[in-house]
Amino acid sequence: MGLTGRSTGAGLLNCRGIHTQNESEQLIVALAGNPNVGKSTLFNGLTGLNQHTGNWPGKTVTGARGICRHKDKSYVMVDIPGTYSLMANSAEEEVARDFICFGRPDVTVIVADATCLERNLNLALQTTEVTGRVVLCVNLMDEAKKKKISIDLELLSRRLGIPAVGTSARSKKGLDALMEAIAALAEEPPADKRLRITYGDEIEAAVSLLKPAVADALPEHIDSRWVSLRLLEGDVKLLASLSSHLSRDLTVDPGISQKLEEAGALLNHTDIGRDNLRDMMVTRIVKTCESVAREVVTVKKEGYAERDHRIDRFLT
Amino acid sequence: MNNLYNGQIPLNMLPVGKKAVVTSLTSDGVNRRRMLDLGIIDGTEIEPLYKNPSGNPVAYLIRGAVIALRSDASERILVSIL
Ligand SMILES: Nc1nc2c(ncn2[C@@H]2O[C@H](COP(=O)(O)OP(=O)(O)OP(=O)(O)O)[C@@H](O)[C@H]2O)c(=O)[nH]1
Ligand SMILES: [Mg+2]
Repeated sequence: MGLTGRSTGAGLLNCRGIHTQNESEQLIVALAGNPNVGKSTLFNGLTGLNQHTGNWPGKTVTGARGICRHKDKSYVMVDIPGTYSLMANSAEEEVARDFICFGRPDVTVIVADATCLERNLNLALQTTEVTGRVVLCVNLMDEAKKKKISIDLELLSRRLGIPAVGTSARSKKGLDALMEAIAALAEEPPADKRLRITYGDEIEAAVSLLKPAVADALPEHIDSRWVSLRLLEGDVKLLASLSSHLSRDLTVDPGISQKLEEAGALLNHTDIGRDNLRDMMVTRIVKTCESVAREVVTVKKEGYAERDHRIDRFLT
Repeated sequence: MNNLYNGQIPLNMLPVGKKAVVTSLTSDGVNRRRMLDLGIIDGTEIEPLYKNPSGNPVAYLIRGAVIALRSDASERILVSIL
C-alpha cells in the first residue's frame, strides 16, 4: 500500500531489485487476473492480511504485498490490479502489465473465474507468451458448482501446458494445493510445455525474420518471440515500458530496425497491415480460448443453468 | 426487422432476448482492441440480457460472461440477428 497509481509500476520493479540483492530466500509471486475474480480474497487468505475486497470501492489499484509462509519458505505475494489484457488501456492495467512483463516475479498466478473460464483464458494465454512460470488458479469453484458448471482441471492443465489448480478463495478451499503448485514451479521449473500459439504462415515468417536480432539485443529473462510480436504490431505503450525497463530503445537499434522494415515489407506484400495484424493475433488467441473452453468446461442441464444465471444477475 | 446495413444492425439496436452474431467492428485503436480482448470478434454470439431503465448501459451475455457495454461502444459493433 501507500504507492500511488502512477508510481506503483516503478515501485514494484524497485522492490524486486531490492529483493534480488538482499533476500534471496524470498520468492516473488504475482497474483494477476481479470477484474473481480477474487485476487484480493486469495491474497488475504494466503497472507493473513486484509486487502479491501468486493466490487467498488474494493477495486485494487496498487500492488499490495504480503508474506505467505509455506513449508519453511517465504513467498512475497503481490496483489496486482485486475486486467483483461496485457494491452494496457488504463493506469491500473499498465501497472499490471509492467509487473507481469518486466517485474520478474518467480511465479505469476493467473486467477480465473470458473463461471466464465473462456474469457479469462485470454489473459492466461497472453501471459504464457511472456513467461513459462505461470500457474492457472481457477477460482470461484463454489459458484461454478452452484451453476452446474464443471471444469476438467487436469485436461485444462495439459492443454495449456501449465499447472491448473481449483480454488474457492472465499472459503479458503484449495489454497494449499495452489501453494504446492507455486512452490514446485518456483523451486524447480519443469520442462517448458506451454501451449504455443502460432499466427499463420505470413506472421510467423515475419517473426522468424525479426527474432534473431531481437534475441541478440534482449537480456535472457525477456522472451524474444513475444517482443518480436509486439514490435510487429507496433504496441507503442508496451515498447515504451520495455525501453524504460531496458534503459534503451530497441526500435532505434540498427539491426532491429532494419529487420523490422523487412518484416513490415513482407507483411505488406500479403496485405496484412498493422491494424489487421493486431486483429489477426487477438482473433487467434480468442479462438484458442474458445476451443480449450469447449473441451474442458461442461454445463449440466443447460436450460436450468441459463435460467438460474439470469435470475441471480437480476437479484444482485 | 431493422435492415440498416445489409441485414446488419448496430448492437445497441438489438432488443433484449434476441441473439445475434458479430459481423464487424467499426471502432479502431484502443476501443477496437478492448472489444477484441473481451472476445468480441467476427462470429461471436451476443445476447442482451437486460437494460438499465435509462437504456444505458446494457448487460450482454458474451462467451458465458456478462458484460455491460455503453451505447458508444455497442453502436460500433455490427451484428446480424440469429
Ligand atoms: N463465492 C465466492 N466468492 C468469491 C470467491 N473469491 C472471491 N469471491 C468474492 O468475489 C468478490 C470480488 O473479490 P476480490 O477479491 O475483491 O476480487 P479482485 O480480483 O481482487 O477484484 P479487483 O481488485 O477489482 O480486480 C468479493 O465479493 C469476494 O468475496 C470464491 O472463491 N467464491
Ligand atoms: Mg483486488
